[in-house]
Amino acid sequence: MRARYAYTLTLAIVAGIIVAFVMDENRTVSVLSFSLRYAVPLILAAMVGIVCERSGIINIGIEGQMLMSAFAGFFGAAITGNLILGTMIGVGTGMIMGAFLATGAVTWKMDQIIAGTIINIIATGLTSFFYSQGYVLPAITPTLRIPILADIPLVGPVFFDNGLFTYAALLTAVLLWVLLFKTIWGLRTRAVGEKPGSADTSGVNVQRTRFLNVTLAGGLAGLAGAYLSIEAASTFERGLTAGRGFTALAIMIFGAWNPIGALGAALFFGLANGVASQLQADEVIAIPQQFINMLPYILTIVLLAIVSGRVKPPAAVGKPYEKE
Amino acid sequence: MSVTDPAQTDLGFTDPDPQRGGRWTRVQAIVLPLASVLLAFSIGGILIWFQGVNPLVAYCVLFSSALGDADGLMRVMEKSTPLILTGLAVTVGLRTGLFNIGAQGQLLVGAIGAAWAGYNFQMPMVIHIPFAIAFGMLCGAAWASIAGVLRAYRSVSEVITTIMLNAVAIALVDYLASRPLKEPDQPLTRTPEIAESAALADFGIVPSGFVIALFVSLFFGWFLARTTQGFRFNTVGLNPSAANYAGIGVKKTIFLAMAVSGALAGMGGAVETLGITGRFEPSFNAGLGFDGITIALLARANPIATIPAALLVGTLRAGAASLQFQTGIEPEVVDVILALTLLFVAAPIVGRLLFRKRAAKQTTVSSGWGGA
Repeated sequence: MRARYAYTLTLAIVAGIIVAFVMDENRTVSVLSFSLRYAVPLILAAMVGIVCERSGIINIGIEGQMLMSAFAGFFGAAITGNLILGTMIGVGTGMIMGAFLATGAVTWKMDQIIAGTIINIIATGLTSFFYSQGYVLPAITPTLRIPILADIPLVGPVFFDNGLFTYAALLTAVLLWVLLFKTIWGLRTRAVGEKPGSADTSGVNVQRTRFLNVTLAGGLAGLAGAYLSIEAASTFERGLTAGRGFTALAIMIFGAWNPIGALGAALFFGLANGVASQLQADEVIAIPQQFINMLPYILTIVLLAIVSGRVKPPAAVGKPYEKE
Repeated sequence: MSVTDPAQTDLGFTDPDPQRGGRWTRVQAIVLPLASVLLAFSIGGILIWFQGVNPLVAYCVLFSSALGDADGLMRVMEKSTPLILTGLAVTVGLRTGLFNIGAQGQLLVGAIGAAWAGYNFQMPMVIHIPFAIAFGMLCGAAWASIAGVLRAYRSVSEVITTIMLNAVAIALVDYLASRPLKEPDQPLTRTPEIAESAALADFGIVPSGFVIALFVSLFFGWFLARTTQGFRFNTVGLNPSAANYAGIGVKKTIFLAMAVSGALAGMGGAVETLGITGRFEPSFNAGLGFDGITIALLARANPIATIPAALLVGTLRAGAASLQFQTGIEPEVVDVILALTLLFVAAPIVGRLLFRKRAAKQTTVSSGWGGA
């Protein structure tokens, strides 16, 4: 998307939020908080997509990676009685799933879309088979209120009074931008995704870089999964991820494979859903619940149709690297 | 470039001449899936064993309840019917270089379309049944065409759009069955029952839907191998820029293949509605579309091989309920076995174990997002 449109849209949204805030303070804050919570797993999952595709690997299996991690994280936390340990188990599971994709897509040079689809199908099967009821989390996740910053009107209660996962997601997006564009690792990663032949010539180990990045990105998918089961839902259900892994890919494209762009796209996505839910709850618009449920998916399709062709994916994405 | 980027579609499924591979490749094409299935069953057996049940006993229960008597056989055929059709839907896509993950949504839309055509009209049976099936196919085709148009003319990856359309379809049919098409004066969310003139009968223990599915897969075996349009599908799948150079309308072909794929999935839903359920209910088995992916890959995108692959999956699905009833094992073990089968078919694990080299042909769908 052209930067000018992005700025105009952002300004319009911010102006709208301020008007809404003046009119109804509490409701605006609650809608914005809802939107941010909705966006957290999308932000993290979009970062997974960005790291993988910037390294040249399509990850259509984010959904399955999140589902497995949500499962492992929840039952890990419930059985060990420790939320932090559960989250770590979730992240670890995500990395294992990342290594699984890396083995298929990088080492074996399988078709990357099939490799990802297999992850999704296996995750659905395993989590359904081992699912059992009757487990509860030992505690609710704590929220961290950042002093002083949280007292700023509007911005404070929305951004600085949250669970730890929310801060982690926001920090990850900013940090990833720095890593991708300001460090040696980022330069190598982008080289491997754009022109692996040249990267190889200048001494970068293409296969190893791709394998490591896909595995590490799996850890982020694990964090997103752990957020869904441990913080957002406080339980695990079959099919908990509900297509967020695929929506995240659309957000990645909408953000033009840039972490900050994707962060903005995810927040916009969350806001659209937050506003729609609030309008539905207030009975301002009388449309059936099913249409509200469709909204995120239709929005994804529409956004993709709008931006496709205007943004360019990394040049070597989807192609296994063959040494010449 | 005016057509889709040539690098994005790199197919391993579009071999129009099976003779070309030679005997060794043909042996592999049969041995590899069989070995994959066996390996998946072995690992599934370990899972069953962990649950405290002898896997051999469990598999005996699974297969004897499905294949042991006439009732069981009929159930296997009933279960396999929509599976053959969704497997074909994915196959037609794969041969054209498209990965249609949306067979599930197209099937649901086709099912509710056929249910509406089935209960809303009164006409003679010879017209009503074809009409209801055709209407279901039309609904499925229209649903898939949303993704088809976006892929052909806007280069949006069909992988994401078809997945999103699945979720939209689930919500849409739930709305339709609970509001406009709801059975009046009933508390349940479902459509009225279809008219008798629209119901598919059984030939003895053979459901007529099963016969239809067999004919359709034979037809597509012929269509993809012997017709001009089938050749276009294959060529676009193999190499879109070469297809464009040869004067084949690549965008039109992509759109058409997606519509045909959706029509097949919609037909699966229609046949299930008219032959088995008799009406549309939201509890309609929605996993059928994903089994279609497993079946198409297991059959290596060969329309005829879809039949045995679907029968295998149908047998597992038919036996899963008895497995739970008699041994207490969760029926989801079938999902795990199928997922493992898919893994072993698509990944070069089994090929390496058996032949000590990489399988002759890598399983490939596409590489790239198509500019999206």
